Amino acid sequence: MIKPLRLLALCAALLLSATPAMSEDTIKIGVPGAHSGDLASYGVPSLRAAQLVVDDYNARGGILGKKLEIIAQDDQCKPELATNAATRLISDHVSVVMGHICSGATVASLPLYTNAKIISMSPSATTPQLTQSGEYPYFFRTIAHDFDQARLAAGFIANRLQAKSIAMIHDNGDYGRGYVEAVRDNLGDKANIVLFEAVNPDAVDFSTVVRKLRRAKADVLVFGGYHPTASKLIQQMRRERVTIPMVGPDGLKDPALIKMAGKDAEGIYTSQPQDTSDLPAYKHARQLHLDKYNAEPGAFYYNAFAATQALINAMEKAGTSTDTQKIMDALHKEYIDTPVGRIRFNERGEAVGVGLAMYQVKNGEFVELEDRIMLD
Amino acid sequence: MIDELLYFLELFFGGLTRGSIYALIALGYTLVYGIIELINFAHGEIYMIGAFTALIVAGVLGIYGFPAVAILVIASLAAVIWAAAYGFTVEKVAYKPLRGASRLSPLISAIGMSIFLQNYVILAQTSDFVPFPQLLPDLPFLEHIGYIMGPSDFIILVTSTLTMVSLTLFIRYSRMGKAMRATAQNRTMALLLGIDANKVISLTFIIGSGLAAIGGVLIASHMGQVNFAIGFLAGLKAFTAAVLGGIGSVPGAMVGGIVLGLCESFTTGYFSGDYEDVLAFGMLVLILIFRPDGILGKAKVQKV
Repeated sequence: MIKPLRLLALCAALLLSATPAMSEDTIKIGVPGAHSGDLASYGVPSLRAAQLVVDDYNARGGILGKKLEIIAQDDQCKPELATNAATRLISDHVSVVMGHICSGATVASLPLYTNAKIISMSPSATTPQLTQSGEYPYFFRTIAHDFDQARLAAGFIANRLQAKSIAMIHDNGDYGRGYVEAVRDNLGDKANIVLFEAVNPDAVDFSTVVRKLRRAKADVLVFGGYHPTASKLIQQMRRERVTIPMVGPDGLKDPALIKMAGKDAEGIYTSQPQDTSDLPAYKHARQLHLDKYNAEPGAFYYNAFAATQALINAMEKAGTSTDTQKIMDALHKEYIDTPVGRIRFNERGEAVGVGLAMYQVKNGEFVELEDRIMLD
Repeated sequence: MIDELLYFLELFFGGLTRGSIYALIALGYTLVYGIIELINFAHGEIYMIGAFTALIVAGVLGIYGFPAVAILVIASLAAVIWAAAYGFTVEKVAYKPLRGASRLSPLISAIGMSIFLQNYVILAQTSDFVPFPQLLPDLPFLEHIGYIMGPSDFIILVTSTLTMVSLTLFIRYSRMGKAMRATAQNRTMALLLGIDANKVISLTFIIGSGLAAIGGVLIASHMGQVNFAIGFLAGLKAFTAAVLGGIGSVPGAMVGGIVLGLCESFTTGYFSGDYEDVLAFGMLVLILIFRPDGILGKAKVQKV
């Protein structure tokens, strides 16, 4: 008796889960990203942001006479799962995609969206090639890419710090190495690179590299990598009386850096999107999250909020949810007020109007400095 | 010229420091291999557990306002005892039941134990990096020698040298040490002479784990942070050192560790840090091809 019942329940469950995807009177927005696994903290806030924006629009009656609907797909930030997620979204006939989250997953899924001529917009993938290569005309993003940070850092080092000889250390990863190489290229002949060195983040100590650094007599150390390595390196440097400042990418801007390195973290420079917490759109987005989840939003929440807003706004202004070319034109032309600023997108798909600023650790906190650039 | 010499000395002492840590961990591999011919792949995790124990004990003692040196000593002792208990238990749980089995079984069991311990620490503690308190005192007198040796270098070198000397004396002159050597030479004969092999094996694991814990505490306070994965690369490098020196040989592990540390330091210092690991593992391959018994290992005669 039990078995047929179970089967029936299973069928019912399958039907229920399939129904929303089958209804044709909604505009579907695919939201792929890391919704589980060890990088879920990068993806879940974006899913929440998308849902909150969609709820907001739906409460006002949706757009183009239809309600909006989120189709979530979990890719765990894994490229092999990302292609599955993309395939499913395409076969579900989503109008636009807000994702993916990690650069690797985004790279893997983009050829599929390009073939299907579906617009995708990432709130968090910062690999420069995604937009710079020109291979993916339907890709957009609401975050500055790694080279923009390098451009800002290079200007800061040459003009503000007036540094002449620069040491560079990276962690041999795509992100870290890419960053220091881009800083080097941006500096050009404005500074002299006296050391270019890699460290293994897991090595039992960094003392040899620190000694090499001291011998190089550099004015500034540019470090490419993430905060655990940076905090180890800065602690060893200060112990060995190497006092030069450290400049790094946004991988360093994490409260954990200050927690780990304590007083040694004082004075570290890093770059990040400029503080937009005064904008009404930012306050609105934050309040929505506080009301629903009773907690501060997580990583990339505001970028995802902005991306979802921009996509929906473009469809509304273009008057279509199916004509990709018209939606793209709207993305290029129409400005919209979002939590990350008043933005539109340039021909390559970068958000115009997003600002990047330098930050420095002062008294155990990241403080925004005057030095900033706007993307254009 | 004098600058070059100072730089050379800096690299030399840096390599010596790193090498003595490798040696401390390598001793655990080599002791165990000498007695039961098992590569204990969970050894790196014991090193990590030692560091975590010291972190917890130091945190608690810090609340009660103990002076730094007292914290260092008590935390290290706690780490040694706790890690030794883990080593003892791991042997009883994962290796002893497989003692009669083929050589592959305990090896797989060791890898399983390694994965188990890492995940256990993730669950019981955290998967994040945790700051480790600055326990090693700053030694201002080193400034007079121009920092060819940093304060933590000095303490690590002194501690590990003392530890290794005591271990050598223990193995050479104590009753248990003699029993260990006898068991390593010929277990059957040792058993016939009334040596309790189980006791000797347990003791070997306890000593090896204690040594790894000392290394763990030293490196954790040198680097200022720990996480669950620190044992992996440290263990692999120490294993390389043990093979380099001749696995099974106690002086071999010490020599292997120092040689590996010096090579790494000079490679990074004079060439590039990119090649540090390439060199370490390249050396392992070369040694395995041309001198499979290591620098100080004796070629084993096939027993018939």
